[in-house]
Amino acid sequence: MTFAVIVFPGSNSDYDAFHAASAVVGAEASLVWHKDTSLGGADAVILPGGFAHGDYLRTGAIAKFSPIMAAVRAFAERGGPVLGICNGFQVLLEAGLLPGAMVRNRGIKFVSKMVPVRVDATDTPFTGACAAGQVLHMPIAHGEGNYFAEPAVIEALERDRQVVFRYVDETGQASAAGNPNGSINNIAGICNARRNVVGLMPHPERACEASLGSADGRLVLDSMVQAFAAGVAGGRSLA
Amino acid sequence: MSVIDRKVLEQHGVTEGEYARIQELLGREPNMLELGLFSVMWSEHCSYKSSRVHLKTLPTTGPRVVQGPGENAGAVDIGDGLAAVFKIESHNHPSFIEPYQGAATGVGGIIRDIFTMGARPIALLNALRFGSLETPLARRIFSGVVAGIGGYGNSIGIPTIGGEIVFDPMYAGNPLVNVLCLGLARHDEIIKGQASGVGNPVYYVGARTGRDGIHGATMASAEFDESSAEKRPAVQVGDPFMEKLLMEACLEVMKTDALVGIQDMGAAGLTCATSEMSSRGNCGMDVEVSLVPQRETGMTPYEIMLSESQERMLLVAKAGREREVEAVFEKWDLHAVRVGHVTASDRVRLFHHGALVADVPTKALTDEGPVYRRPMSRPSWQTAVQQLDLAPLSPPGTSQAAFESLLASPIIASKRWAFNQFDHSVGTNTIAQPGTAAGVVRIKGATQGLAVSVDGNGRHCYLDPYRGAMLAVAEASRNVACAGAEPIGGTNNLNFGNPERPEIMWQFGEAVRGIGDACRALDVPITGGNVSLYNETEGRAIYPTPVLGVVGLLADASQTVTRVFQSAGAAVVLLGENRGELGGSEYLARLLDLVQGEPPALDLAAERALQTLVVSLVRGRLVQSAHDCSDGGLAVTLAECTFGSGGIGVEVALDGVKTVPASFVEAATLFGESASRVVVSVADGHVAQVLGAAASAGVPAQVIGRTGGGDIRIDVDGTTAVLLPVAAAEGVWATAIGRRMQSVAAGAA
Repeated sequence: MTFAVIVFPGSNSDYDAFHAASAVVGAEASLVWHKDTSLGGADAVILPGGFAHGDYLRTGAIAKFSPIMAAVRAFAERGGPVLGICNGFQVLLEAGLLPGAMVRNRGIKFVSKMVPVRVDATDTPFTGACAAGQVLHMPIAHGEGNYFAEPAVIEALERDRQVVFRYVDETGQASAAGNPNGSINNIAGICNARRNVVGLMPHPERACEASLGSADGRLVLDSMVQAFAAGVAGGRSLA
Repeated sequence: MSVIDRKVLEQHGVTEGEYARIQELLGREPNMLELGLFSVMWSEHCSYKSSRVHLKTLPTTGPRVVQGPGENAGAVDIGDGLAAVFKIESHNHPSFIEPYQGAATGVGGIIRDIFTMGARPIALLNALRFGSLETPLARRIFSGVVAGIGGYGNSIGIPTIGGEIVFDPMYAGNPLVNVLCLGLARHDEIIKGQASGVGNPVYYVGARTGRDGIHGATMASAEFDESSAEKRPAVQVGDPFMEKLLMEACLEVMKTDALVGIQDMGAAGLTCATSEMSSRGNCGMDVEVSLVPQRETGMTPYEIMLSESQERMLLVAKAGREREVEAVFEKWDLHAVRVGHVTASDRVRLFHHGALVADVPTKALTDEGPVYRRPMSRPSWQTAVQQLDLAPLSPPGTSQAAFESLLASPIIASKRWAFNQFDHSVGTNTIAQPGTAAGVVRIKGATQGLAVSVDGNGRHCYLDPYRGAMLAVAEASRNVACAGAEPIGGTNNLNFGNPERPEIMWQFGEAVRGIGDACRALDVPITGGNVSLYNETEGRAIYPTPVLGVVGLLADASQTVTRVFQSAGAAVVLLGENRGELGGSEYLARLLDLVQGEPPALDLAAERALQTLVVSLVRGRLVQSAHDCSDGGLAVTLAECTFGSGGIGVEVALDGVKTVPASFVEAATLFGESASRVVVSVADGHVAQVLGAAASAGVPAQVIGRTGGGDIRIDVDGTTAVLLPVAAAEGVWATAIGRRMQSVAAGAA
């Protein structure tokens, strides 16, 4: 299986995602420059964290115009698995591949810490290896991770179980105390209606080895590998 | 001419003696542009004219030293053909005037110094000093500086893995922002900031030049007064996105072998880069100033040469390889403009639209500046502040109350309010997070790890600059050793007042002497650093504050430990002696409002033995945790070992010290800050081995208690002096700073 990690100017977790997919998980991985127009036959795409194009206008607002995004969009429309992490999530929102928007963290400040995140949907290519309700410890590191959407959108996301990850407290409850940035309904990650595009603010790629404080994030990458293997066994390509 | 009169010289910070020397070196009067070049290159900030004679005494060599002082950063060998490249630098003055941008550009500057060497930056640490958190000004500056450090480092994606923060009224008008950057390079990839090869093209790359920061280096070489706020235009504005692109492009171009040398444009901008690169390469350089990409219209050669706009580099490429270099910068959408070439002369010549506008001997700017052996005298008050007589005093309450007060002291309390704004996990190398120990990073593709600590105690140095500086070296080195790493190199940031005052110069000289003696004894060569003088506002100097950054090598990154207790039922062992020294302690300052006495004694041979022992114990996996004993003494150290453990308590029985009046025995035993002490926790099966190893090493060691239970309980001479649930103590410690900061609006500019 091959992961394509998109490199925007200003991406800073591109190599972390590359390392997690290749050295830790053992899959093939390639770094794809944003000016390229082809994903080179990749089986899954990761939009990494960072501050693409400086994030000076709005997070992710310029990145959606990068040439590679046409290929990413086509890949997603074919059903290919696309994972947006942190700034990658913001890019997916700006590109319209996922609904909603990010605003400044409640409390204004950048927040960098390990947080508990609950898996609320396991029927995505990124969470199949998790148990329903399983709590993963993953770091967050963002200034604009306060997820916002119109009430109707939130309602639809909840109704269709598109909230994939939720911030929780140490007891696993999606409480105010467990919400690090003010996101509506403690939303940490969502998927699209077809469930093949997922964006999340926490960094699974930074939590793939116990020596770094948590190996829980590996489940997200392992899920992708399993989904691919199942697809191959079933004679289907994910894309 | 002379438009250059006394007033002009004063504006440039050039003395009449220095001006005479400039005329002598040139053989004529300089023009205004040339005077500008000399003024920035001969500023204290760039020339080290007051400090150089002292800095020369520092130990800078050793078998591991790959690059000592004189380049953009130092480098030490860490095995497998790899080098740790690191340096610390200050941005004190700009951070007072404009906290967010001052701190942000400080981070940007030191990052450039590291990647200029061909190293990829992998970690940042910072040493920060602010006024009392009880004042709105200090809270505003603290808030802005933290946001600025985060705003730059987080964006560019280099983790901040540690640091230390101190609050004291002595820094109210002069905060200190010292930032250390650590990078990684292969030995054969290290690149020097030198020009060579007659005819080789000189490229300007990165951001455009604006009028910001003109005379920044001169500003950093003067005291502050009430008009300092008006110097805001001399502070630069940082653009981490530009720096990120520049870093990636430079590291990419360095792989091409088309590069001869490269230097960042930091203090003194283009002037410094052209003259230093030429000087190191013993050559000359011709530059057409009008070709420099400019952000504003109508800029004069003077403004272009003296601008300190950020995120710019000067590089010399091999003739004939221009396209390769240009292609890399095009890929990253950056300017790469050929502005000149290397010459066989020994002069920097500047042209403006073809006309020669400056012609200066290179070495005159870089090597032949003034060197001052400034007068030094021990302050008249020095002896008096070292006297400490506890007899007429009495402790202001119970030990328990003092303990809780110390945990809430902003100096001792958790700095997570700040650290949680710094991205420490990006890069996926950070093993020990800020606030738990020395910062520790692994090295992908290798077994080794690196531990880094920055330490300095201005109060100690005020009471005795020689010993205080030695204690700073010892503490930084000890912190690294507690992570299991062998200290292998150091960098220093020397923050002092006005060197033209003999008492300040004495503090400086004594501190450098102390650093030198400690570094020699502990085998920690200094590979570079930074001097920040004139840290005074309205005639009042900061505490003399040398900050030491020490890098340690972990043979195996997986063998590191932190300060945190790992299990209940382990033996708690104190390595070193509890001598109950209260001089210069946080206890005296906070509980009795007394900054008095001699700082703790330091026996360098004993310190070395202790550090060697601790490294071997960690490597042998004989200890579960290791924590250096410093601010707040043994009681605070023990408490910190329980914080983050998930509530593992500790029960300890101590013998009261015999060195103080009876009423202070408990306080001195619990809160004395004697040096050369480490608390380790040891599984029962390893206790005999640990005590045996300590005995062989000549290090005093005793089992003082056990981990477990939910309380912190410390008995002194059979009486319970401290008894508090871990959760309660940790709550006080964890929230003390956040509570003070709640009223502050966000610090972003």
